[in-house]
Amino acid sequence: MSRLSPGIVSPLILLGAVLLYPLVFRSNFAVNLGVLVLFLTVLGQSWNIAGGFAGQLSFGHAVFFGVGAYASSILQLKLGAQPWLGLPAAALAGALVGTLIAALSFHAGLRGSYFALITLAFAEAFRILANAVGFTGGGVGLLVPLKPGFASFQLERIGFYYLIAALAAVSVGVAIWLTRSRFGARLAAIRENEDAARALGIDTFREKVKVMALSGALAGAGGCFYAQYFLYIDPSVAFGVDKSVEMLLVAMIGGAGTVYGPLIGAFLLTLIGESTRELTEAQGLSLILYGALLILIIGFLPNGLIDLLRWRRRRA
Amino acid sequence: MDATILGAAAINGLLLGGSYALVAVGLTLIYGVLHIINFAHGSLLMLAMYGVYFLLTKAHVDPYAALPAMIAAMFAAGYILYRALIGRFSHGRDENILLITLGLSIVLENAALFFFKGDSLNISVAYSDRMIELGPALVPLPKLVSFLASLVLCGALALFIRRTDLGKAIRAVAKERHGARLVGIDVERVFAISYGIGIACLGAAACLLMPSFYVSPTVGHLFVIVAFTIVVLGGMGSFVGALVGALIIGLTESLSGLFLGEALGQIGISAIFILILLFRPTGLFSR
Repeated sequence: MSRLSPGIVSPLILLGAVLLYPLVFRSNFAVNLGVLVLFLTVLGQSWNIAGGFAGQLSFGHAVFFGVGAYASSILQLKLGAQPWLGLPAAALAGALVGTLIAALSFHAGLRGSYFALITLAFAEAFRILANAVGFTGGGVGLLVPLKPGFASFQLERIGFYYLIAALAAVSVGVAIWLTRSRFGARLAAIRENEDAARALGIDTFREKVKVMALSGALAGAGGCFYAQYFLYIDPSVAFGVDKSVEMLLVAMIGGAGTVYGPLIGAFLLTLIGESTRELTEAQGLSLILYGALLILIIGFLPNGLIDLLRWRRRRA
Repeated sequence: MDATILGAAAINGLLLGGSYALVAVGLTLIYGVLHIINFAHGSLLMLAMYGVYFLLTKAHVDPYAALPAMIAAMFAAGYILYRALIGRFSHGRDENILLITLGLSIVLENAALFFFKGDSLNISVAYSDRMIELGPALVPLPKLVSFLASLVLCGALALFIRRTDLGKAIRAVAKERHGARLVGIDVERVFAISYGIGIACLGAAACLLMPSFYVSPTVGHLFVIVAFTIVVLGGMGSFVGALVGALIIGLTESLSGLFLGEALGQIGISAIFILILLFRPTGLFSR
C-alpha cells in the first residue's frame, strides 16, 4: 500500500466535500438534499455497525430511532427540558433500549434469522405502545411547535446541515474505529464464526450487547435530529417497518461491514428517490428499485456497491 | 364481563385463527423443509388476494370457484421463484435468503402500490353478508366457510406429506438433506416443490379470505407477524403446531382486543411472539 493510502486521503477529501457542499449549492432544495443524504448515512451506519460489522441482522432498527425521537420530544414538550438536552438524551435512550433488547435476545441465544425476527417484533411492540398510551400523543403523534432559534434547537437549514454532518462524521468515525480497534476485530470474529470466537475466549454476549448499545445510541441521536428537523413524529414514522427497512437498505446496498458503504447507499437511495419523484406521480417506483437492487447485490455483489469502486484491491 | 360477549369473541377468535392456519402452515412447511424464513410470505399472499380480486371483477370468477386455479398458479409462482431467484442468489446462506425474500416483498408491495394504488379494495358476492348463528355469536358465512375449508386443506396437505412418495421425499429432505441426496433424491427440486406448496397454501388462503376481507398493497403486513408468531409458537416446521398455534393466536387477538381495547389490543400478538422467542424458541409443542 502506498503512503498516501486511501485510508487517510479519502476521509479528508470526503470531509472537505461535505463541508463545502452547502456553500457551493446554496438553494434550499440542494441543502435539504444534503441533509437527507447525511441523515440516512447516520441511520445506515447505525444499522451497519450492528448488522455489517458485528453480523447481527436487525429487521427492527427503527426501534432505536423511534425511541430517540420520542425521548427528545417528550423531554422537551412534556417535561419542559432545554431542547438541546434532547440530543444526548435520545442517544442515551437509544443505547438503553439497544442494551435491553440485545441482553434479552442474546441471553436467550437468538441468532441470525431469529434475531432479525425478534427485533422486528420489538419495533412492532413499541409502535403499538406509542399508538396506545397517552404521553406519546397516541396515534396523532407529537408536534413540536415552531419556534425558530438556536436556543429552541430549530436552526436555519444550513445549521441543521452542519449538525447532521457532524453526526454523520461521528458515525463514520465509529466505523473507522471498528476497522482498527480490538473491539472491531472481536466483532468481526463473532460475525464470521461465533462459536469459534467464543472458543478463542471472546465474551460474545458482552461484545454483542455493547455493539447494539453503540448502534442504538447513533440511531437514537438520528431520531432526535429527525424530530427537530421535521418538528413532527408519530408511531408509524418512528417505529414503522419502512424505517427499519430503509436503514437496512442503505447499509446493504452501499456495502455492509464497510466504512463508506452507508454513505454510498444513502447517496444512491436519495438520488433514486428524488429522480423517481420527478419521473412519476405514482408511489412505489423508488422502493421497487431498492428492493431489486437489494436482491441483485446479495446475488452478485455481496459487499455492496462499494465493491465496484475498489478497483485497486481487486485481484488480477 | 358478559358471558355471551366473551363467548362470541372466543368463537370469532377461533374462526380468525382458522383463516390464519393456512398461511401459517405454508410458512412452517417452507421452514421445516428448507430451514429458511420466507419473509415474502405476506406479500405473496397479497399478490394472490389481488389475483382473486381481479378474477372476480374482470372475469366474473367466484372466489371459491377460483380455488383450484389459484392453488395451481401460486404453486407455479413459488416453484419458479425458488428456482430462478431464491435458490440461485442466496449462496446457501440463511441470512441471504432472509434478505432476498425481504427484497422480494419490498418489490412486490411497491409494485402493487405502483400499479393498483394504495386503496383498500374489497369484493362483494351474494354470500358476503350472509350471517349464521353459531351459539352466542352471529358470524358471517364466509368466515365459517374459510375456517372449515382451511382445516380441510391443512388436513389434506398433512395426508399428502404423510402418504405419498413425494411427501416422503419432502420429509426425507426436511430431516436429513445430505442423506436424502445420497439415496438419489433431487434435493433442489424438492426444495422448489416445497416452496411451491407453501406458496400454493397462500393461493387457497386468498380465495377463502377475500369474501370477508380486503386487499391493499400492505395487507401482507397484517399477516406477516401473525404468521411468524404462529409458526414460532407451534414450533418451526410443525404442522399440528401451526394449526393449534393459529387457533391460539386467533383467540388471543380477539380476546386481547376485547379486554385491552382496539389500540393496545394488538400488542397481544407481539408480546406472545417476543416471549416465545425469548423463553421457548423451539415452540410450545417441541419435546
